Amino acid sequence: MTLETFIQQLMNGISLGSLYALIAIGYTMVYGILRLINFAHSDIFMVGAYFAFFLVAIFRLPWGVSAILAIILTALVGMIVDRAAYRPVRNAPRISALITAVGVSFFLENLGLVTVGARPKAFQRPDIMARVIPIGPAAVSGVSIWVPILSLALLALLLFIVYRTKVGMAMRSVSTDIETTRLMGVDVDRVISYTFAIGSALAAAGGIMWACKYPQINPLMGIYPGWKAFTAAVVGGIGNITGAMLGGFLIGLVEIMTVAVLPGLSGYRDGIIFTLLLVFLLLRPTGILGEPLKEKV
Amino acid sequence: MERRRLHLVLTLALIAVLFLALWWADTHLGEFPLRVARTGAIYVVAAVAYNLVNGITGQFSLGPNGFMALGGYTTALLILPLQQKQFVWFLEPLMWPFNSFSFPGYLFGLAVLLGGVMGALGALLVGIPSFRLRGDYLAIATFGFGEIIFVLANNLIPLTNGPLGMKGIPEYANVYWCFGAAVVATLVVSNIANSSYGRAMKAIRDDEIAAEAMGVNVFRTKMLAFVTSGFFGGVAGGLLVSLITTISPTLFTFGMTFNLLIIIVLGGLGSITGSVITGFGFALMSELLRVVEAPINIGPIHIPGVPGMRMVVFSVLLILLMIFYRRGLFGQFELSWDWVLSVLRVTRGVREWKRERKTESS
Amino acid sequence: MEARTQNGVILTLDHVTIKFGGLVAVNDFSLDIRKGELVGLIGPNGAGKTTVFNIVTGQYTPTSGRVIFEGRDITGWRPDLIAAAGIARTFQNVRLFTGLTVLDNVLVSQHLRLKSSFLSAAFQLPDYVKEDEDARARGMDLLERVGLAGLAKEQAGSLPYGQQRRLEIARALATNPRLLLLDEPAAGMNPEETTQLMRFICRIRDEFDLTIFLIEHDMRLVMGICERIRVIDYGVSIAEGTPQEIQSNPRVIAAYLGEEED
Repeated sequence: MTLETFIQQLMNGISLGSLYALIAIGYTMVYGILRLINFAHSDIFMVGAYFAFFLVAIFRLPWGVSAILAIILTALVGMIVDRAAYRPVRNAPRISALITAVGVSFFLENLGLVTVGARPKAFQRPDIMARVIPIGPAAVSGVSIWVPILSLALLALLLFIVYRTKVGMAMRSVSTDIETTRLMGVDVDRVISYTFAIGSALAAAGGIMWACKYPQINPLMGIYPGWKAFTAAVVGGIGNITGAMLGGFLIGLVEIMTVAVLPGLSGYRDGIIFTLLLVFLLLRPTGILGEPLKEKV
Repeated sequence: MERRRLHLVLTLALIAVLFLALWWADTHLGEFPLRVARTGAIYVVAAVAYNLVNGITGQFSLGPNGFMALGGYTTALLILPLQQKQFVWFLEPLMWPFNSFSFPGYLFGLAVLLGGVMGALGALLVGIPSFRLRGDYLAIATFGFGEIIFVLANNLIPLTNGPLGMKGIPEYANVYWCFGAAVVATLVVSNIANSSYGRAMKAIRDDEIAAEAMGVNVFRTKMLAFVTSGFFGGVAGGLLVSLITTISPTLFTFGMTFNLLIIIVLGGLGSITGSVITGFGFALMSELLRVVEAPINIGPIHIPGVPGMRMVVFSVLLILLMIFYRRGLFGQFELSWDWVLSVLRVTRGVREWKRERKTESS
Repeated sequence: MEARTQNGVILTLDHVTIKFGGLVAVNDFSLDIRKGELVGLIGPNGAGKTTVFNIVTGQYTPTSGRVIFEGRDITGWRPDLIAAAGIARTFQNVRLFTGLTVLDNVLVSQHLRLKSSFLSAAFQLPDYVKEDEDARARGMDLLERVGLAGLAKEQAGSLPYGQQRRLEIARALATNPRLLLLDEPAAGMNPEETTQLMRFICRIRDEFDLTIFLIEHDMRLVMGICERIRVIDYGVSIAEGTPQEIQSNPRVIAAYLGEEED
């Protein structure tokens, strides 16, 4: 591999990884609090991309405004999903909540298929994303530069919210002990609602940037990025926000680099990530940063 | 024990009646109802075993599509006629040893069984990393496994013929095979569920920590349930490809698992009887619901068909079930001979006999 | 058994320490329990009592120190192997298999002794059928002895609280333990039920030839039936002795009884 392609692939891996990181946050935060794998999260990601698409293509709004509006709308969708589907099964056996999540995921996907159709739509990305920028000997596309920068900014904002604000403190407290937090007078349901909003907003940002990177969107576009991001959350240590970020970058780099080094395996790239997951579960089930989840006896 | 023998006789009698009815149906009914019935029977095979993991043991698996794929490809490779194999693999040759033999019709049972064995091996492979730790890792590991199988099926062209798959698989899976497998799966799974192993599985479902403290080997017990479900998933996959006579990677996507999930949830997580009934019900329902996807003409009004509408209906159904009717149709209730007999005992003769006994003993 | 136990000691906790993150939940805890003894473990809430139990039964692995049962080092064993070795327990907040019947709850505890294979259970082969019938007979017999036989077919979750507690003890007994750990058996009981429970504990100790180690807040029960009492506070042993000695120990009064008077 020449230095040129190496730099290109590295940037490519980092930008893909930063998107996985953005999505992984939503999984890991919800899991940390509710011990629920929010299967619908990958479809929230898709919803975010579609909101942006429609705002730009139909309402002709400027690009930045569309993106921000799409993020806000998606956050609302996340809160609605929590309120309508997950809250009613909060006290049910855990398997009921998981099944509900699978149901919501299938609902969003098929609702998408029914309403906007299965045919991919071309996503109009802003010019700065399409422009090619030279880095040393390599020409790197604007997406590969801007996506990691924007993602890192969002991740920094998230860390600020979680560790420096009152809402963030409530979230951390709920994830440590939901009952005690409730006894302290915190409105736990509202905190969970905010968690869904934040996770969904990040997923929407991820979805929009994903659509800039791969400018074809369809109602099933969330499935693979979603599962790989969940894999990233597990690899990083589920429930751990920093771990999810690390895991995201790791998965993105592994995915791009395996194919770059061994082009013969390109058909297997999705399989490789899931194999990595199984190997990780076998060798280090708690992830890179995770501590074993001890149930209270 | 007397009661056990009575149950055995009743069960055998019921099976005899069932196969007589099948013989009648096979000779009198048309292609379409028989096809729905066979599909239903195959759903039952996969669903009762899936319920053993999700309902009885309480572990959330999303694996059946992967196991069905393993069984489906195995059976297809074994029974596809040699001539057809040459015809199908026109880009790259089929690999040895499958290019050198083909099972004749009378070995169909063996081919399906080997499909089941492959499914079980797959379950073993996923189960070991997933069950080492408490938590929901099974869901993601089984999903990942399904995707790995999908990727392999698309890429291992010398073995699977890639996205094109195989055509012209002999249609050996008649009503007797399908219902025979459904009967065996139902009996075996309900035997397990009612045995000491099944009690250990239910104990894990209710309280894993307490089960372990009472001496239940949690890892081994989960594995037993999971590998059993892998086996019957493989069997169901083998039967399915011989029913529809084609196979391709898209046959066993996550949608298949979703169908099975609907079946076991609707029937009642943990109720084997429920899965049997809703297995057939689902096969019928998804045929009937084709209506909503087909264009409708009411006089001059034309409503275009909406593909995908069925899945919207099913997913809403699943969510509503979980919120409002979590126990499903049967909860954890099982139709058992004891129950049937106790219902029948309401008849007058038995009441009188009981009254006599009471007066005698007092 | 005597050969494997020194001076009739059945359980030894040897300088056991466990840390969770920075918190030392149990610190350098040592204890010998002799065969047939009835030992109580008391201390204020959060003192680390249940943690000691969790270490003995394998739910937690101690950071350092050893647990020796009948001469065997069982430190770090899986809970199911410890149950098979002969230690059974109940839980502070009753943890029954609520979806199973009373009889099935007890039968789960006999699963560890099942010899028939999985396949012979799946096909109801004669060896399994025979074993299952024997297990059922033993289970019914046990329920008879603890006075729950009449409820054998009821769902465990539907029993009144007091009987759930009793069933949990029966379920532990069904593993054929030699050492029984009871975690606050009298919690939530009224004085009359507690009196019954005291009699019940003494009776099963004799009938099942048990050694009993229990945690309890109800002083009447602890002082009434325990032969020896250990007191811990903040994970550290602060006293040990007969009920009389404990009642008059100033450190205990300060740490524990004093707190109750507040």
